[in-house]
Amino acid sequence: MGIPKIHVIANFNKYKYLLSQLVIKDIKLKYRKSYLGIVWTLIEPLLTMMVLTMVFSAFLGRNGEASGIPFPVYILAGRLLYSFFSGATKGSMKSIRSNAAMIKKVYVPKYMYPLASILSNFLIFLISLIVLLGVAIVLRVKPTLWMFAAIVPILLLLLMCVGTGLILSTMAVFFRDLEYLWGVALMLIMYTCAIFYEPNRLYKNGYGWLLDINPLYGVIRNFRNCISGVGFHAPSMIYCLSFGIVTIIIGTILFYKKQDNFILNL
Amino acid sequence: MGKIAVKVDNVGMKFNLSSNKVDNLKEYFVRFIKRNIMYKEFWALRNVSFTIEKGDRVAIIGSNGSGKSTILKIIAGVLKPTEGSVKSYGKIVPLLELGAGFDPQYTGAENIYLYGAILGYKKEFIDEKFNKIVKFSELGDFINVPVKNYSSGMKARLGFSIATVVEPEILILDEVLSVGDVKFRKKSLRKVNRMMSSGVTVLFVSHSMNQVRKVCNKAIVLEHGALQFYGDLEEAITKYEGENTTGKGQKKYEKGNNVRNI
Repeated sequence: MGIPKIHVIANFNKYKYLLSQLVIKDIKLKYRKSYLGIVWTLIEPLLTMMVLTMVFSAFLGRNGEASGIPFPVYILAGRLLYSFFSGATKGSMKSIRSNAAMIKKVYVPKYMYPLASILSNFLIFLISLIVLLGVAIVLRVKPTLWMFAAIVPILLLLLMCVGTGLILSTMAVFFRDLEYLWGVALMLIMYTCAIFYEPNRLYKNGYGWLLDINPLYGVIRNFRNCISGVGFHAPSMIYCLSFGIVTIIIGTILFYKKQDNFILNL
Repeated sequence: MGKIAVKVDNVGMKFNLSSNKVDNLKEYFVRFIKRNIMYKEFWALRNVSFTIEKGDRVAIIGSNGSGKSTILKIIAGVLKPTEGSVKSYGKIVPLLELGAGFDPQYTGAENIYLYGAILGYKKEFIDEKFNKIVKFSELGDFINVPVKNYSSGMKARLGFSIATVVEPEILILDEVLSVGDVKFRKKSLRKVNRMMSSGVTVLFVSHSMNQVRKVCNKAIVLEHGALQFYGDLEEAITKYEGENTTGKGQKKYEKGNNVRNI
């Protein structure tokens, strides 16, 4: 190898500019040729929120609130976190293959590709949080100090995305079908993280464990708790944190062990 | 002895040629259960050692499948050798053929920054070189057009301009000087020649002995993954061409002819 592998941090610094370029590229290309451009990151969740609110309050006779916050805010919070997770994991899973031409030619620390894809999704997610803030203000959610604590579940989610993204990006190089499988898995994850329903009924019927084992639900639950001012739900917080750490460890080991073989399978 | 630019030490590269490639889970499980994942081993390179001094322009010649591109990839750091080691001293820039690796949706200008970043350069450095790259590529206003609308010649010109203007210490050319029109080809050969006088190390793979003669002063001859010869260019070319015209290749060709005649 032409490049000493010992100085991981020095190497990261050297390619910092590449990381920012890749992130910018992701975002630029996503919204290129659309008239509203990046404004879509605000409009799109707003529109889905309206549809979901309409559907679930009109047809299911739900009115007003869920878990102590207005229903639209409840839905929007869940959906934003979920779509960040699904976008980031899908993007990083495909990142190695979509950059195959480069990987075959030039040495670059390969984790840059999945990482860039996660970070660009994270950036879009952060921008779209403005919508949540706006809707919360319009619907007069009572501000509490807990709202600042919402940063904790967000960071936990980022941690989980990086870990899951590393695992998926490694495996997807060797098994193409993972892209389809993960699509199905994401659907399962979506339905078990209570985006547009209240979890009470599931708990009553004894299916609460479906939610409890879903780390994404843990994040969404704590995020909502921050909005409503209830505070953290400690057990799920700990569960999410350990899930994040475990996936990061597995992901890093897997990625580093297999990255030299990527090029042989692209 | 000058300074060393690249040191290749006893390098071997093994590929697993599975007779039919398993790249989906179902297939993998079926074969795993049947214990039927078979790999054929294939050494693309074996026991290859050589040292390239700074400022040398080395041609790598050999017939198809002799391991030329593999050794270039190993030197560039993209492939990790199965055994042995490669050390390089200085910035390596591989020249992309036909703009492979450019993002088609990105404009030429954006691709300059992207590719610069991939090569590990900082923004300020690319800012500084940007105008020179655009000028050398002769793309003019097309620099703000997405690369997907470029002709192959334009892509090649942009790729060549980026790779040479950034002043690499080691330049890797893999059969790339044969693209573009005559005028640009001459211009790029001149550019490579000018770079050589400033002490750039060049690794050049080509089947055109004419071009090799214009660029290189030394040559490596590879045959079936083994180093046959390393040294003076003319000697290498006679050796390579001798092998290919009087060797097995010629006999096979004659045989084929006979069959056709009958």
